[in-house]
Amino acid sequence: MTTRTEPASPLVVPPATTVPGRARPAAPLRREGPEKLTGTALYTDDIVVPGAWYGATVRSTDAHATFDALDLDPDFDWSKVVVVTAADIPGDNIVSSIKADQPILVPVGGEIQHHAEPLALIAAPDRATLREARHRAKPRTTKLPAVFDPAASDHVFASYSIDLGDPDAAFGAADHVIEGEYRVGHQEQLYIENNAMIAVPTDGGGVTVTGSLQCPYYLHEALKRGLGLDDQAARVIQAETGGGFGGKEEFPSVIGLHAALLARKAQKPVRMIYDRHEDIAATTKRHPAIVRHRTGVTRDGKLIAQDIEVVMDGGAYCTLTPVVLSRGTIHAGGPYRCPNVRIRARATRTNTPPNGAFRGFGAPQTEFAAETHLNRIAERLGISPLDIRRRNVYQPGDTTPTGQILRDSVAGEEVLERAAEAAEFSRIRERTGDARRGRAGSGSVPGSALRTERDRTASGIGIALAWHGAGFTGSGEIKLASVASLELTAEGRVRILTGSTEMGQGTKTIFPQLVADALGVPEADVEIAPQDTAYVPDSGPTVASRTAMVVGGLLIKAALRLRDRVEVETGHPFAEGAAAYARDHGATRIDQQFEPYPGGTPFDDTTYTGDAYPAFGWAACVARVDVDLDTGEVDVRDVVAADDVGRVIHPVLAEGQVEGGTLQAVGYATIEEIKLRDGRYLNDRLATYIIPTALDAPRIETILVEAPFAGAPHGAKGVGELPMDVGAPAVVAAIADATGVWVTDLPASPERILAALADRPAAAGLRPAESEPARELAS
Amino acid sequence: VTAYQFVVNGTAAEVDVPGMRRLLDVLREDLALTGTKEGCGEGECGACTVLVDGAPVDSCLVPICQVGGADVRTVEGLAPVAGDLDALQQAFLVTGGAQCGICTPGMLMAARAYLDAGGGPDDGAIRESIAGNLCRCTGYTKIVEAIAMAASSGSPA
Repeated sequence: MTTRTEPASPLVVPPATTVPGRARPAAPLRREGPEKLTGTALYTDDIVVPGAWYGATVRSTDAHATFDALDLDPDFDWSKVVVVTAADIPGDNIVSSIKADQPILVPVGGEIQHHAEPLALIAAPDRATLREARHRAKPRTTKLPAVFDPAASDHVFASYSIDLGDPDAAFGAADHVIEGEYRVGHQEQLYIENNAMIAVPTDGGGVTVTGSLQCPYYLHEALKRGLGLDDQAARVIQAETGGGFGGKEEFPSVIGLHAALLARKAQKPVRMIYDRHEDIAATTKRHPAIVRHRTGVTRDGKLIAQDIEVVMDGGAYCTLTPVVLSRGTIHAGGPYRCPNVRIRARATRTNTPPNGAFRGFGAPQTEFAAETHLNRIAERLGISPLDIRRRNVYQPGDTTPTGQILRDSVAGEEVLERAAEAAEFSRIRERTGDARRGRAGSGSVPGSALRTERDRTASGIGIALAWHGAGFTGSGEIKLASVASLELTAEGRVRILTGSTEMGQGTKTIFPQLVADALGVPEADVEIAPQDTAYVPDSGPTVASRTAMVVGGLLIKAALRLRDRVEVETGHPFAEGAAAYARDHGATRIDQQFEPYPGGTPFDDTTYTGDAYPAFGWAACVARVDVDLDTGEVDVRDVVAADDVGRVIHPVLAEGQVEGGTLQAVGYATIEEIKLRDGRYLNDRLATYIIPTALDAPRIETILVEAPFAGAPHGAKGVGELPMDVGAPAVVAAIADATGVWVTDLPASPERILAALADRPAAAGLRPAESEPARELAS
Repeated sequence: VTAYQFVVNGTAAEVDVPGMRRLLDVLREDLALTGTKEGCGEGECGACTVLVDGAPVDSCLVPICQVGGADVRTVEGLAPVAGDLDALQQAFLVTGGAQCGICTPGMLMAARAYLDAGGGPDDGAIRESIAGNLCRCTGYTKIVEAIAMAASSGSPA
């Protein structure tokens, strides 16, 4: 693959050791790479704990019911095992999160809110006994009517309104008013390592939980509340973590609490290791959403009014739904200037397993809708999808729907042009358009045995553009008040102390890189402390693409303070003076706490106005597909992704984020779908929930663009989530370019594509504007 | 219960376990070779791929009774010297072919079988050879690059 990296902009303050214009040193190799490549890295299930028991969860098989009793078969010897019910919970029976609505275990007499909800826990000294015991513990329930339609649910977890200008007046003045409705379903994170925890009871009633997780301090808080423990008695250690993607943000609090409760009652170490079936059936997914757009445009394609309604399905409990919805709401209009905007968004409760964090966090849902709608508007007006974006994309000085003025680091146009150019978008689109129009007159009958491969294969190209707010939404970072620490040990070593976790994205590689750069020492001389709440501070969760930008920025500031202290005291550069300083002063620790980025208008959570994010990242994607017109199968052949990440810290790792996120978006667009019946996931196995293989994956060309964020010392804005926002609408646009029909519900499965083609037999050759009135429903 | 004898990474091994015990469990729990991972337990993800007599298999689907007398190779046996990296592992490290690392051992074994069979740097052939191994982090781009790099460098078996 090819990567092009823009030269660093002179606007950014270079790290102390970097001379502007000089090539940066070669990026280091992944720090924990050798252990991962030789099989010596220890993931949770690899850790041997002598005498450990095995834990399992008794789950509901109803979507909504009363939990009347737990029947324990009298023919089984229950003294061989330990059973935990809600009555055994020493603290609050609450999974600590935004709202106190989710029980750790449903109490007898309480209400079951979703299929696979935890009702009781069992631990046994061996797996066979555990299986037997679980088989003989039977919940007795009485079914209640269940709600599965988020639009019909009257239990609202969160709702937001954004208002800018006067949309109603603007609709009256528009040349065209175009409407559309878009639906996206659940998506499973599908980290290859299932959720896993090992809890070990400690003297004095405490517990240490080691597991696969993104946010040690989330679980720490949950253990304190659920088990009634203090800061020291609850201890959380991150094991090597085999992927997260948001799926190990808040869910580890559930499985971690379960393991801890069993360990406490059994007074034995307990291993809770989900198998794939349980992991898919019971853990969080990306929120399904229904998004309606009504858009007023001028005849030359300028957006003048947007009216957007978003409904997200939160599932049975709140989890992180309010913040997922918040991000989805703020990004719902897409990266486009529009003076009159009304957005109404709500997330409601249904009797389905709770939905939660997944890379992109609400934005992929609403940006799929925004981009697909814009592509259909362009088609209606006879404007190219590239030109309509050129005419509307945010420029520096523009105002977003929350009233945020985009001052710097605005690179929407640049990523758009770079991706379009590299993919030869306009030239190829002319060719695919000619082919589509040619097919319409060929008389070739779909499904006919006379069809040649050439007749049935349609090629298409599509483009999409997205923005993604960097860091936590609104006042989130101020409330988090994260701390990152740096220590000069008594032996003169430099040690990083943060709660930020490595889950493959590269935290353990880039942190030493940033610190070494700021101190002027080799990267190998900087060590990193384990993610263990007994040692490291709360640096905030490892989510929201915030680690490189926010925590990395704190570490640079800490390093510059440490460097200054040593250099002033010793009169030598840090590298030469550090050993002497450590000898004279002993260990020195710098704690650096987050301070608001300078400038801007503080975000007001009640009016939804102000600066929603300190900066935005920008991403463009061009996808090329082949569609089999007889079977509806889609082959996503090539993707060009241009992503502005502020400043590239490590090109190989940054490309890896773009490539991986792009493929997750391609899966979301084409094959990943959860089917439900009566609130139960039907395809809760890897044989039935499918993700792209190496053969399904397109060739991906990554273009890293650098529009540095002046508020961070290193200019970085984050990368992980950007590609997830933009891939799906690009693929769906390419399918439309190939076939002439729009699939508005994800995934664009063969069934949906064939249904769309069948609805409009002549669609392959007709533009909607020729077959429909010029106003109202886009289709 | 019968004892099964086979060779793992060049060393003779004997386990006294039920014949239907999964090779994956024998490796991880009886022989403490935890480099081989379990991702799905039903042969879909390939995280548990090992070589049995040179052929890549999902060790979660192979009962130990089928392995008697066989030559088994796992990720722990790739590097000629413990703690070192072979050319394929080194290529993964350099290109960024490993991110979270959980699919990596299985991916390496599938790639090793491909290279040992004389596979070259052709993109399509490499993708075919790892089509049974799921990765959720990389988008496969850098994995394919790594295998192509090892193929071009004439990596020793």
